[in-house]
Amino acid sequence: MTKKGIVLEGAHFMNGDVACAEGAITASCRFFAGYPITPATEIAEHLAKRMPEIGGIYIQMEDEIASMAAVIGASYAGLKAMTATSGPGFSLMQENIGLAVMTEAPCVIVDVMRGGPSTGQPTLPGQQDVMQAKWGSHGDYEIVALAPSSVQEMFDLTIEAFNLSETYRVPTILLVDEVVAHMWEKVVIPPVEKIKIVNRNKPNVPPEKYIPFMPGDDLVPPMACFGEGYGFHATGLTHDEHGYPQTSSSEVQQKLVKRLCDKIRLNADKIIRVEEVMLKDAEVAVVAYGIVARAALSAVRKAREKGIKAGLLRLITLWPFPEKQVSKIAKQSKTIVVPEMNCGQLVREVERSAKETPVVFISKLGEEPHTPMEILEAVRRNS
Amino acid sequence: MTEEMVHPFAKYLREAMMPHIWCPGCGNGIILNCFVQAIDELQTDLDKVVVVSGIGCIGRTAGYVNTNSFHTTHGRPIAFATGVKLANPELEVVIISGDGDLFAIGGNHFIHAARRNIGIKVICANNFNYGMTGGQQGPTTPLEALTTTSPYGNIEHPFNLVHLAAASGATYVARWTALHVRRLTQSIKKLLQKEGFGFIEVVSPCPEIFGRYNKMRTGLEMMEWFKRASMVENFSDPVKAEITPEKIVVGEFVDIEKPSYERLLHEKIAQINEKALKEMSQHAI
Amino acid sequence: MPQRLWRTPLNTEKVKRPKPEIHIIKEQCKGCGYCIQFCPKRVLEESEEINAIGAHPPRIVDESKCVICSFCTSVCPDFAIFVVERQCKEGC
Repeated sequence: MTKKGIVLEGAHFMNGDVACAEGAITASCRFFAGYPITPATEIAEHLAKRMPEIGGIYIQMEDEIASMAAVIGASYAGLKAMTATSGPGFSLMQENIGLAVMTEAPCVIVDVMRGGPSTGQPTLPGQQDVMQAKWGSHGDYEIVALAPSSVQEMFDLTIEAFNLSETYRVPTILLVDEVVAHMWEKVVIPPVEKIKIVNRNKPNVPPEKYIPFMPGDDLVPPMACFGEGYGFHATGLTHDEHGYPQTSSSEVQQKLVKRLCDKIRLNADKIIRVEEVMLKDAEVAVVAYGIVARAALSAVRKAREKGIKAGLLRLITLWPFPEKQVSKIAKQSKTIVVPEMNCGQLVREVERSAKETPVVFISKLGEEPHTPMEILEAVRRNS
Repeated sequence: MTEEMVHPFAKYLREAMMPHIWCPGCGNGIILNCFVQAIDELQTDLDKVVVVSGIGCIGRTAGYVNTNSFHTTHGRPIAFATGVKLANPELEVVIISGDGDLFAIGGNHFIHAARRNIGIKVICANNFNYGMTGGQQGPTTPLEALTTTSPYGNIEHPFNLVHLAAASGATYVARWTALHVRRLTQSIKKLLQKEGFGFIEVVSPCPEIFGRYNKMRTGLEMMEWFKRASMVENFSDPVKAEITPEKIVVGEFVDIEKPSYERLLHEKIAQINEKALKEMSQHAI
Repeated sequence: MPQRLWRTPLNTEKVKRPKPEIHIIKEQCKGCGYCIQFCPKRVLEESEEINAIGAHPPRIVDESKCVICSFCTSVCPDFAIFVVERQCKEGC
């Protein structure tokens, strides 16, 4: 099937989960392993139907742990691979996310956040997995996490997630609110030629010269796959550039872990994306992401109508955290307002970057995201 | 005796990783030996072989074979291998892992992979305990055996692995001891050439830990136990094949034909793909 | 008395029994003793010498008794012993 037939070019009225699935297909994802979980089940169901049509592979594994392991396996066998889950499944996947980080396997994990902790409220929204996305697995590591705010972004950011994951050989997490996942909005899928798709760097040396974990200048090693003639070894144990375990060397541990972190930290400027609305002269800045950013945008506009110099910094990339962008607005604003659907997660990072500037946190848990009036009230109080 | 020649199987081993970390008399070395002998006799294209192992002493095997290899987290080689096999069905994916890795933490993945009949091959080194971490009890530790976490004698009934594999739907199930080197090699060859999910349990000596705790202080004593107790009974009922100090039933238990998961999947994909292409060209008209 | 033909194969002159060549990689041996214990022809025994790790590698008692069954090759966990057919010119 030609690429054109696979990608559903044109305008559609779509559900967020379906847009994410279509984004994956457009990004050339051809392997999905998952387990049903509200509110991410629609992604699995849609891909169960679409994957065979386009010659891709869908498998429902026995649990989320197996799903993540299978995704890493498919990635190492050469396919772009994805899984989708929610909070409880995300918790189960953490060990293998660590394995993906350590073995530098490109993959995308969609976490449609719901009310937690534990089984929580499966059908209601939350933004309670933000810190878990960064710190969920044991050990020191960096990952990339993106937060879509609209159904169009569900499509676009899934493609971006695949591109980032292939560029940096890092698991990329799409942190979605349940509201955005279940919303229906217009999605425009551009012609295939206009969409940027990035594939992993392949080695350009013959097999006998290939050193599997020797990084390039961007700190990312080119990736060979099983069956391409390279016969290499990869392990979750601390390893040297050849991939062989080195469990007794402090030097190897230092070098490897530092590189895995620097790979993202030193390339942060190329990874981080934010949207700045009316921030140039803002005295009160609202920092928000996901569905809450939609309400915040409305609140900021209303505030401007009332004469309050408000602005919005919408975070598209949550991890690596946009420290520079937040520091910048912290310097020029009197207050930063952070509305989140949790008990205080990303606000801690904002506080860290904002330093002296006061940060006001507005928590809301439950069925409804913050209303524009609630955020406007907070902005007004702190202007 | 003449001057040193290179071992005929040296080419199947990663020179930089040798010598291996296994204890004197450890059955893992024998399993590795029989495995490379099997792929040598089959003249398998090494580039198409992927060896996946879990955590444990036997888990180091992936690092030692000179093929594509991956060392996963504890209990997950089967799930990882499922992803590899489905992504590229041309690859020969072999899991070489231990009794704890495959049947305790990894138990769920084992039964589902067998149920699906996915074409990955599992070789289990059953040494009755968790050797790498110092000798704790595992799902195959015999009743009353002494281990570091069953210091008063194990009160858990062990799994009968061949029964479990057969009941879960594997198309090839065999058990051999580390002493039955020739039959094990032939069994591995059969395993690699058969379609669907295949399983071989290798009853393996762990002389330094399990053996020492249970009155078999040297590998030789454990191997002598295998010699005394094992009985080759091909195609006997796996239900009755529990391992006891007096009897270890070895042989092939199951050898059936059943279409593999990846065969069914790719047939379906081809069907649906064709249908979708037809619909697309109809819409285009 | 008829000649006892069954003691010696009739075609001994034409078919040569392959001659064994046993190789012991002493430094790789860990002294498990499997090759010595399970050799069907008792060709090996434990030697007096010790290698770097303190194990006693096997030594050959009588190479001519070996029938190249290769059990030692397969049962050695350390790839420290193997037997091949001696490559012979005529008359060896």
